[in-house]
Amino acid sequence: MSFRTPLGRARGLGTARLGTGHWLAQRITAVALVPLSLWFVMSVMIYMRADYVTVSIWLHSSVVSVLLVLLLGTLYYHAYLGLQMVIEDYVHDEWLKVSSLMLTKFICVLLAATGIFAILRVAFGG
Amino acid sequence: METDYRPLSPHIGIYRWQITMIMSILHRLTGVWLSLGTLVLIYWLIAIAAGPDTYAGAQMLFGGWIGQILIWTWAFSFFYHLCNGIRHLFWDAGQGFEIRTFYISGYSVWIISTALTVLAILFVYLFGGHP
Repeated sequence: MSFRTPLGRARGLGTARLGTGHWLAQRITAVALVPLSLWFVMSVMIYMRADYVTVSIWLHSSVVSVLLVLLLGTLYYHAYLGLQMVIEDYVHDEWLKVSSLMLTKFICVLLAATGIFAILRVAFGG
Repeated sequence: METDYRPLSPHIGIYRWQITMIMSILHRLTGVWLSLGTLVLIYWLIAIAAGPDTYAGAQMLFGGWIGQILIWTWAFSFFYHLCNGIRHLFWDAGQGFEIRTFYISGYSVWIISTALTVLAILFVYLFGGHP
């Protein structure tokens, strides 16, 4: 049974029915980020002022590389979902909204890819 | 059928400021600020991949007082967003909606995230970089 008015249906301006997916993805990435980000922040606290050799040996380890790749993927997914919500709430001009959403998505994917490339380069002995 | 000029619900301008709304706004602000902070994280990873000279340049930038202040604002934002995020996950599970619990969890987030930031600063200056 549909509660939408005939006019609403004709205009096609209702919900896109994608809200639940967005909500769930935001929670799932949040739960995954609790251990991943805590591990990363503690590692940064240990290696923040370390010399080059110490840091590159740390980054060279397989476990660290895998965890960092997972962190970046989850982090940028979560960041995009959050930024998307902020943009959708505060930017009301349709053109500006759609273009800033697209730009934000491109930047998130670009940064994730760049970071993952840097990690793999060290991991595979660059 | 006119639908564009209906009265809107009262906006934030008429409400008395209270901790619950400040914390909600700060959750978004710290989220946006942390998103910007990931740029520094990517720069750090690139600097390690690029070699000792680039890494030394990055260490100089992070070691300066502007770099240090920025890093500690990101640290506080991280701990705040983490603690308040966990508070949000409890709400999503249907827990903690009593007014008293609401305030207790709110003040706990402030206390725990401030304490964790201070502890992190102390740890880095006392033990960081000397594993």
